[in-house]
Amino acid sequence: MNESLPITAVADDPLLAVKEISAGYGAIEALHGLSLQVNRGEIVALIGANGAGKSSLLMTICANPPARRGEIRYLGQEITRLATHQIARLGIAHVPEGRRVFAGMTVEENLAMGLMALANQPVLSAAEQPGVVEDLERVYHLFPRLRERARQRAGTLSGGEQQMLAIGRALMSRPRLLLLDEPSLGLAPQIMGRIFATLRAIVEEGTTIFLVEQNANQALQLADRAYVLVNGCITLSGPGQELLTSPEIRKAYLGGH
Amino acid sequence: MDIYIFGQQLVNGLVLGSTYGLIAVGYTMVYGIIGMINFAHGEIYMISAYLTAIFLALLAGFGLHSVPVVLLLVLLCTLFLTALYGWSVERIAYRPLRHSNRLAPLISAIGISLILQNYIRISQGARNQGVPPVLEGVWRIPAQAVEQQFVQITYQQSLIVITALASMALLTWVIHHTALGRACRATQQDRVMANLLGVDTDRIISVVFVMGAAMAAVAGMLVTLNYGSFDFYIGFLMGIKAFTAAVLGGIGSLPGAMLGGVVLGLAESFFAGFVNSDYKDVFAFSLLILFLIFRPSGFLGVPEVEKV
Repeated sequence: MNESLPITAVADDPLLAVKEISAGYGAIEALHGLSLQVNRGEIVALIGANGAGKSSLLMTICANPPARRGEIRYLGQEITRLATHQIARLGIAHVPEGRRVFAGMTVEENLAMGLMALANQPVLSAAEQPGVVEDLERVYHLFPRLRERARQRAGTLSGGEQQMLAIGRALMSRPRLLLLDEPSLGLAPQIMGRIFATLRAIVEEGTTIFLVEQNANQALQLADRAYVLVNGCITLSGPGQELLTSPEIRKAYLGGH
Repeated sequence: MDIYIFGQQLVNGLVLGSTYGLIAVGYTMVYGIIGMINFAHGEIYMISAYLTAIFLALLAGFGLHSVPVVLLLVLLCTLFLTALYGWSVERIAYRPLRHSNRLAPLISAIGISLILQNYIRISQGARNQGVPPVLEGVWRIPAQAVEQQFVQITYQQSLIVITALASMALLTWVIHHTALGRACRATQQDRVMANLLGVDTDRIISVVFVMGAAMAAVAGMLVTLNYGSFDFYIGFLMGIKAFTAAVLGGIGSLPGAMLGGVVLGLAESFFAGFVNSDYKDVFAFSLLILFLIFRPSGFLGVPEVEKV
């Protein structure tokens, strides 16, 4: 692929393997020896309450901040010590909490920012990469609203449209692994439903999704497998449907009885 | 009011304002991207004046006398070396402090500013230095004027305004229409997100310092050719003036810095021409204080919004 690190993947290496990592900000440790795995073609969900460390885990995978202990492997290669931008160039795209679209740029320019991860010299030649037009069409096909708003500033979009833009921007980098942080946050139920349906379509096109959600119900219905995170530790894991019917989960996260 | 004095101050103001604008761009871009005032920027300007003189002497030594060729070569050489200074200042004085508190790089900036001043004072001498005029000639409007009834524009002044406009147009084009510029704007708006998208943000910060220094080099060369004399201390006053221009225009805004430069240049010139030329600096810095009190976001700046 791109960047200097050669990816010599063995077919049975998991796409992402997180082994006993600890990480945090300053004196606060948010993750305590956490392990999990994401395989190719899966949708894996990580559910947990506010403050459990879900976003910290996604940020640590991207080395911002880097893990203090443990290791992270991507296609069998250790990426724990790489810089954030190098990890992005390996094909890991991050749709962070709060979307973080570039409000002062147009929708089109935001999407073009996804190209930065593509080339070896991304700031100079990304736009000349072959297939960019097709990628853009694909994103517009998934999210037709973005085509209508292509020349509008991203700051003027609604929350749902910004979420679509953030996902579209990530897809422009042709990721193997898409990290999604709370895509449902602050969205109306029908828009949320539409975005979750699109996620299924994205996986069918060959991108693996690792999803972090507070909205356990939606996430577990969508996910092939799921992990439950409590206070920086994984407490439970299993197929999405199984967790959905588990009494513990129903009690703690689904408001069930 | 005398129309000729008015016209002359207009010309002087535009010339002065163009150089302020060129230097202000460096303050505003660095502020936009890492949120600090690079107080060593004035010294970068001062160094470019020395480099201009050195390259002028070198080229004369080689026996080059074609004015356009000399100007172009001096510009390119000065630009390159000054940009190198800008890049080094960031690497040495600011990057190691990237994750410390806000005060640390500011102190470091003042430190590097003193180091550069004294390095030049010791290596080049504290005396006033000069360069011979390269481009001589004036236009007078009207051409057949008598007494003091004309506005005078030197070739040198027109060179300043034209080069400043061209450099700013080029910079604006790079920022708005290239992938590099897009990466700069993205890093300015949200450094963490740009980094997550694969932008090497440390490299972009270096690029911004290089661009700022290059613009200061253009100013340094033009002013040196125009005034002919300089010393190791010129960066201080020019630096704060340009900083004032950046604040007037709205710090962080690129068109703001250019506009602020022109407005400050005009204000200073008219004040000098019609009120009192001894107090023109007092007037310029009074403007700075008034803007900081009543309109800290300047003409084109956006009031700072707390990021959530």
